[in-house]
Amino acid sequence: MLKYLTPLALFIVMAVFLALGLKLNPRDIPSPLINLPAPNFALPVLSNASQTLKNDEFLGEVWLLNVWASWCVSCRAEHPVFNQLARKKLVTIVGLNYKDEPIAAKQWLSQLGNPYNVSVMDLEGRTGIDYGVYGVPETFVIDKKGIIRYKHTGPVTMQDVQEILLPLITKLKAEV
Amino acid sequence: MKFLRILVLLTFSLNSIAAVEYKKFDDAEKEKVYNVLINELRCLVCQNQTIADSNAELAQDLRRQVYEMLLQGKTKDEIAEFMTQRYGDFVLYNPPFKVKTGLLWLGPIVFLLIGLVVLVLFTRRKGVVEKTNISEDERVKSEEKKAKVRGLLNKGDEL
Repeated sequence: MLKYLTPLALFIVMAVFLALGLKLNPRDIPSPLINLPAPNFALPVLSNASQTLKNDEFLGEVWLLNVWASWCVSCRAEHPVFNQLARKKLVTIVGLNYKDEPIAAKQWLSQLGNPYNVSVMDLEGRTGIDYGVYGVPETFVIDKKGIIRYKHTGPVTMQDVQEILLPLITKLKAEV
Repeated sequence: MKFLRILVLLTFSLNSIAAVEYKKFDDAEKEKVYNVLINELRCLVCQNQTIADSNAELAQDLRRQVYEMLLQGKTKDEIAEFMTQRYGDFVLYNPPFKVKTGLLWLGPIVFLLIGLVVLVLFTRRKGVVEKTNISEDERVKSEEKKAKVRGLLNKGDEL
């Protein structure tokens, strides 16, 4: 009996591991920044480069930091989702315009709509490195104390907004 | 002729001269650390390449970061620490031994041990089977058969 059961058991173990492997997304690298303070930045504002914006100006509110660029194809895919989220006026959305041409970025926003309360320019990608950005678009959820609570790599879908982002935002807003 | 033309065009194509940018060092020791580091850090966009191999924008930025930190006098460990703080252990091709990376380091040894145990069990059982299954009676029978075959072969020669 054992003679027949052993290969079966081995097969099941292997099948389970392979099935898990299929479901995992190799692009989804867990961020070590979760539950740590959002790295500091002081960057020029896209609409007015002479103005500088710092991350600590958002202390006391829940905000999203969305890393985007006009050259990024997936950003175009998630853009309508952010437009829709912005219309709800539930949360401050800050755009980190990553390694982009300011002119192209402004054009992109005027064509596709601007869901961002404000966008800042990371021309050399240095703030990107501080935030561990490796695949645009990326979205960070930051709480009232300036702690990163969640990171989403890749385009955000409407389903992600409904199932993950909105419940999390509601929860974080209730925190003191 | 056509082949030659294509060959010349390929030799001078943009791809062939798209080399990794040159970084100038005054200190040979720093240059050595730089070369070690860029070969140990993973490019996260093209996950199976180091930042030395890859010319992705992120790899270029990370090389610039490593270069600048070396010029500022940061050590190899400090730079590796800087990268893991931002990108996690995954950024290192040579990750430290921790609880999280334990399976990675010990996995091969575990599999080797499983293999050895299976091998030992297998060979032992086979030996036992051979010893017990052949009775004296069968051995005699097989000797008789062998003799018969030998006889037949010899006869064949005579014909």
